[in-house]
Amino acid sequence: MRYTETGYDLEIYLSRGSIEKVATDPKLAEYYLGGQGAAAKLLWERVPPETDPFSPDNLLIFSTGLLHGTPVPSANRTCVNCFSPQTNLMSHSLFGGFFGPELKHAGYDKIIIRGKAPDLVYLYINNDQVEIRDATHLRGAGTTETGDLLKKELKDQKVQVAAIGLAGENRVWMASIDHNHASAARGVGVIMGDKRLKAIAVRGTKDVNLAKPAELFDICLKMNKKIAESSGCGDWMAVDEDDSFHHNHFSWGNARKRIKNYWSKELQERWTKWKYDHMDRQTGCYNCPKKCRNVINWPGRKRFGYKCFGKDTYHMAAFLELDFTYEILGVAQEYGVDSYAMPQVIAFALELLEAGILKDSDFPGMPPDSRGRFFYLLEKIVRREGIGDILADGVSRAAVRIGNGAEKYDHNTVKKFEQLPIKLGKLNPAFFLMIATGEKMSITQIEGSFPQDPLPTREQREEFVNKWAAVPDEKFKQYFLNWEKRNDITDQATCDIVEWNEAMHYLDDSTGICGFVSSFRGQFGGDIAYHMNNLPEILSLATGFEMTKDKLWKTAQRIRTLVRAINNRRGLRRKHERPPEDHWAIRDEKYEQGLLSKYYEFKGWNMDGIPTREKLESLDLGYVADDLEQRGILKVEEKVPA
Amino acid sequence: MNAGLPTKVIKEIRVDIDKCTGCRACEMACSAFHAIPRYSSINPSKARIRVVADELNDEYVPIRAGDYTPSECNGRHIYTIAGKQYSECSFCGASCPSRDYFIEPDSGLPLKCDMCETVPPLEEPMCVQVCGTDALTYVERQVERDPKEPPARGEVEIGLESLIKKYGAQAVLQKMAQLAKGLKS
Repeated sequence: MRYTETGYDLEIYLSRGSIEKVATDPKLAEYYLGGQGAAAKLLWERVPPETDPFSPDNLLIFSTGLLHGTPVPSANRTCVNCFSPQTNLMSHSLFGGFFGPELKHAGYDKIIIRGKAPDLVYLYINNDQVEIRDATHLRGAGTTETGDLLKKELKDQKVQVAAIGLAGENRVWMASIDHNHASAARGVGVIMGDKRLKAIAVRGTKDVNLAKPAELFDICLKMNKKIAESSGCGDWMAVDEDDSFHHNHFSWGNARKRIKNYWSKELQERWTKWKYDHMDRQTGCYNCPKKCRNVINWPGRKRFGYKCFGKDTYHMAAFLELDFTYEILGVAQEYGVDSYAMPQVIAFALELLEAGILKDSDFPGMPPDSRGRFFYLLEKIVRREGIGDILADGVSRAAVRIGNGAEKYDHNTVKKFEQLPIKLGKLNPAFFLMIATGEKMSITQIEGSFPQDPLPTREQREEFVNKWAAVPDEKFKQYFLNWEKRNDITDQATCDIVEWNEAMHYLDDSTGICGFVSSFRGQFGGDIAYHMNNLPEILSLATGFEMTKDKLWKTAQRIRTLVRAINNRRGLRRKHERPPEDHWAIRDEKYEQGLLSKYYEFKGWNMDGIPTREKLESLDLGYVADDLEQRGILKVEEKVPA
Repeated sequence: MNAGLPTKVIKEIRVDIDKCTGCRACEMACSAFHAIPRYSSINPSKARIRVVADELNDEYVPIRAGDYTPSECNGRHIYTIAGKQYSECSFCGASCPSRDYFIEPDSGLPLKCDMCETVPPLEEPMCVQVCGTDALTYVERQVERDPKEPPARGEVEIGLESLIKKYGAQAVLQKMAQLAKGLKS
């Protein structure tokens, strides 16, 4: 019997309309877990590096985390992977909710989609009954609207639906895939649209089996209580009405302007009232006691849900207030667009207009006010009308297409992907490395286990480390104890910290555990639910294979290194690993490049950021080294005769 | 309460639908607790509690499996509560032919909540234990037993009654006489 896994993938070939249920190798879970790890293995094997993201051969993979469908609380984030037209690299995307667990109960670990349908279709999965169905009647329907229509059509309120909106249908590069009020961003909605797949509806009523169920349930019951009670877990931004952190420190407009004393008591009162006058409730994801999503019922809009910084992006890009975000989110979520990238694209276009690079004639009929302009451009972009057709390709590509100096205004992207609007003074070494070398594209998907800032006194730092259960190694406690000034930390410590931060995300995204109870949350308070010290036991009890801390650390590094090799094979090199030039005001190229070299060496990568054969073999990735050598990406090392 | 009168314990699961986040941990835990062997598998569609959820209508109602009924209602009430419409079905715990709630998906047999009664007893039913927002709470109340109330019926009596309903008293009596003879010899 397979534990936690179903042992089957669903292979959908849209060009021919074929559906296959394929048994998988049980050994793979031990090496790659599920989710992103399992998907990376498939993308490496089945998508040759020269494949254009818009080719029918690009795969779109929905994968359940290894712990989906188990009693492990907060394991519910579904992973979506493919190759992105924006970066030409592996797209990494996640969404919370109920989809992954439902898919597992339907009897599948992954849905692997290739080819393209001739016209819009949707996929209906009801246990063993799987059908590709016509979706032309859903053309133009909003994301949650599509979910609602499909539940009615299928006469089943319990199906879980992931859908694209108009943006995905029109192959907008910032398009998201939405499920209830959760969004998968960063380059996957465009490919779902390109494959002409409007939605996936899934319903499952099968058992998920566990290796040591009673022991696991007992741990999970305690974990559930811990997560419910701990202020170190979940999204505190859902309830903390003091949002001075983002507004005083993040940049407004096209990631340009900081307004240091923006926040005030009077403003907080006004915004809190807007929120609670219109908030229906806070909702949670499958089997999680937290309630991180605020569901807003704004006049004239469909209900929408948001969490984290998603409540600020639109109004900060538009120099407006929270009511504007509420007004536009209900529209933007139905169109299915990434609420991090989209506002920056719009602000970028308006900056080009101000600079005279784009002309008034490029924006026929555009209202004069910021509010009206954002709505105008949102409509143009999701419909790919006029200037919207160019802007729909994201900031970097649009800047190239517009030319005439527009490239200068593309100042906040890394690897051609829009970054969070953060502009700071002094360089933070760990963040330099994470933004430069991270392949999950957004810093929120890379940072998170080690605190962002030191605590002011030694007593406070001692108190922090004394209850810090999450540290994988005692050295991190020493690093933190001796850390006084943000940028005054050894290079060795910086490398270790970056590796730990990354490792936790690679584990979460493969087990399906949410970053808000694990990888992302530790940096704020330290008291998280899942970490290197308790995950091995949980995985062992759930899966039946023996997992240890060392093995788990190695697994995280294996997945992370495989993702790197996938991207190396598609052209990723050292020259691409640069944070935005204005991310910090004070820069030191020599120091930064030295640090980058040290990090590459620490990771076992060569000076071009490519893993060496020795490193690959130590992670059981010898087959990757063979391939990289065959393609001439790695030099064949001459064997010294013994 | 009068010390001399016999009492009984009423077990209640109270539901505050304003506090429900729709996470369905209750379904997960219920299915685990009732799996055989206990906790061996997870399957919310086998749970004896369901969260009736409609995100677009902001509707989240956990309902507990009640009795099996062979026929569906002829017409339903639609209730409007605080401006939102709820179907009567959203509050009904019956295992009935009009929906697939509380029907074991493999066998088609009806499911019914047993308040997790077990030896030794749980402190609280499993669904209540995992509810992180206190949308579900457990209350035990001691009440006086109504003297007119018939005594609680045992399992043998309930079982025999259903056999008689299905096969008729004559057939059951005959079979019992036959079996009793066989056991004596």
